[in-house]
Amino acid sequence: MAEIAVQEASEKKNLTAIFDDLISPLKRNPFANKLWIRFLILICVAGLFAYGYQLMTGLGATAMRDYSSWGLYISNFVFLIAVSLVGSLVSAILKLSGQTWATPLTRFSEIIAVAAVSFAGLSIIVDMGRPDRVLNILLHGRFSSPIVWDIIVVNTYLAISLILLYLPLIPDIAILRDRYTEAPKWQRKLYKTLSLGWTGHDEQYKLLHKAIRMMMIIIMPVAFAIHTVTSWLFGVNNRTGWDSTIFGPYFVAGAFMVGAAAVIVLMYILRRTQKLDNYITLFHFDKMGKLLVLTSLVYLYFNINEYLVPGYKMKSLDTGHLLELFSGDESPLFYGVQIFGMIIPIILLIFKPMRAPLPLFFISIAVVIGAWLKRYLIVIPTLLNPTFPIQNVPENFHHYFPTAVELTITAGLTAGTLLVITLFLRIFPIVPMWEVAHEEGYENIEKKATEK
Amino acid sequence: MNTPIEKNKNPRRDFLKILGLAVGAAGTVGGASLLNSCTNETGEPGEKVKLLTQDGKLVEVDAKSMTLASDVENEELLTEYQKRGREGIPGKKWVMVIDLARCQNARKCMAACNSAHELRPEMHHINVLEMQNSEDTAPYYMPKPCYHCDNPPCTKVCPVNATFKRKDGIVLIDNERCIGCRFCIAACPYSARMFNWFAPDLTEEQKQRTYDIELNVPQKKGTITKCLFSADRLRVGKLPYCVSACPNGVYYFGDKNEDSVTNGTSGETVRFSDLIRDNAGYTMHEEFGTKPQVFYLPAKDRRVPFEQAKKQTENNENA
Ligand code: SF4
Repeated sequence: MAEIAVQEASEKKNLTAIFDDLISPLKRNPFANKLWIRFLILICVAGLFAYGYQLMTGLGATAMRDYSSWGLYISNFVFLIAVSLVGSLVSAILKLSGQTWATPLTRFSEIIAVAAVSFAGLSIIVDMGRPDRVLNILLHGRFSSPIVWDIIVVNTYLAISLILLYLPLIPDIAILRDRYTEAPKWQRKLYKTLSLGWTGHDEQYKLLHKAIRMMMIIIMPVAFAIHTVTSWLFGVNNRTGWDSTIFGPYFVAGAFMVGAAAVIVLMYILRRTQKLDNYITLFHFDKMGKLLVLTSLVYLYFNINEYLVPGYKMKSLDTGHLLELFSGDESPLFYGVQIFGMIIPIILLIFKPMRAPLPLFFISIAVVIGAWLKRYLIVIPTLLNPTFPIQNVPENFHHYFPTAVELTITAGLTAGTLLVITLFLRIFPIVPMWEVAHEEGYENIEKKATEK
Repeated sequence: MNTPIEKNKNPRRDFLKILGLAVGAAGTVGGASLLNSCTNETGEPGEKVKLLTQDGKLVEVDAKSMTLASDVENEELLTEYQKRGREGIPGKKWVMVIDLARCQNARKCMAACNSAHELRPEMHHINVLEMQNSEDTAPYYMPKPCYHCDNPPCTKVCPVNATFKRKDGIVLIDNERCIGCRFCIAACPYSARMFNWFAPDLTEEQKQRTYDIELNVPQKKGTITKCLFSADRLRVGKLPYCVSACPNGVYYFGDKNEDSVTNGTSGETVRFSDLIRDNAGYTMHEEFGTKPQVFYLPAKDRRVPFEQAKKQTENNENA
């Protein structure tokens, strides 16, 4: 409490200090950062090789077979879609509802969204048996298929997220263009082009605010649609565990939870590595911690409905699947996810000291891992409990555990997502400088910058 | 006011179609010429290939003479196969009846099917399952093909119309178009569909045949396959492979429009509606709303006790 009060009371920040604080991380390129980027590239390359192998062998290189016909790739796709929802949560829902404290978090929520949704699309390509025929969707697309709906909303979401990332970036790029003159030549060129001749004229700001606001409103239905439609990829099927009417809201709730957790993880890392203590404060962690409790509680509520009610009825078609989760092979994973990924985080986060950066960071990591495994639990056990018994097939058709090829490709996709975020952070300031300056009460920041 | 919009729509769709045809044609022609250039060396004399003549007859042609046929003709054959495959056989509505009381797990149906469709041994267009509805009821064998539902969940979810329902009731697969997303596997509550996880075990010769959508041969890596009610056999007036292969008279197959079905073993033809009514015929899991077109007759008076039959299978498998 005392700490936060101190933070809040800290005197008005100096304008040059703001710019220096936020631009300086771009100038530094510590060894750890280089190492991290190389490491990510290495994993991406390994993933590419694994994918080449999979293309040659066929999807048989994975552990998927006729019953567990979807596996790691699809769970990973659902996970990435879920994470991407945070962009709209922070930059649209929070901002539109007047939560100005969220301003420093908007940009990296948006870049998380853009990176995650792009690699979600790639996860689907990787999962296709005939990726060479992907254009068939345009040539022969059939609107009755939820896949077609999904492709439409995912691309729309990506487009709007890109706009929502770019628009608030324009004044910052102009600041960089004017103030970060020691940048490499290509980077200066990039700033010059992307700043679109921004001068900070009142009329420009008026337009910008209007456009951002409009995009924030447009993105909300699309954000709900993207995850609802993704849940329908399962919900429209007559399968135990998927045959549910609440799959849409259930998935959306889960997405807000994992999204909040992902933002907290990144917040913590950036605050440490970019020395942003004055911008991402304890107050932000406390607020995001509360948001995580709220979203987790909603998700818990859906989980109770999803498992307890069918568990009470135990319809004959559901028994195999439910018993496998409650007391069978999948039960350690099932209880592990529910307890460590949801219940314990909720209990801990109710206490204020747990919402301090370090504990919150670890709790959020638990939530993210739990959420990832949860997607796995939604996809695979259902497929392995079909209506008729699995018979006359080899032993490996009865189980699913991802192969090294699958794991490598998935690791490559994850590394790719992180790489996009990392590279973005090398070029653009992660906290919107102009918005911070405006909130501190500075007007005409461009003019001042050039006067200097 | 509406017309200009609609007018705008159609040319675009046509354009896409033309583009699709052009791309598809270019690909197939290119592929065919590549294959032909190989055949010149490897084509062994004596290999027969089925061909459709212009008046609609199937003829067998020496594989070697096939290489003389121009690329254009190959392309035409594929187009013809695809066209008639999508349309179906006019005036028919195919239906199958499986008499569970007679099934002794001989599995001749499975063998005949696997060889006709050139499947890997672990793939079963038709699968004979050992079933027991509850602890106290008698176990029985249940051959399970694709049910060719009248409200098929699999065709609805296919994003590219690669799996579709024809007018004669058959649900087919176009493995020239399938993108391998496997949504249809997830959608089918009867596990009737399987995937070519690996390249099929085919000889060069087998791979070079023009793709027949009604037989789904040659199989292709990365695409779906499933029971097709032997649409290729129906076209030439024969019963499906599994139906004719059964030694125990389990299968009846026929046309619902004519209300007649023929037993594949005895050749006896009976009224479909009588057969279903007199023997309390039923379909599997009607509650899914899928309207299966494969009917079962109850597993009463089985000729072989289950345990004994089970031993028989084990012996067969060991032998
Ligand atoms: S796997 Fe092929 S047939 Fe099945 S839904 Fe996908 S594209 Fe259609």
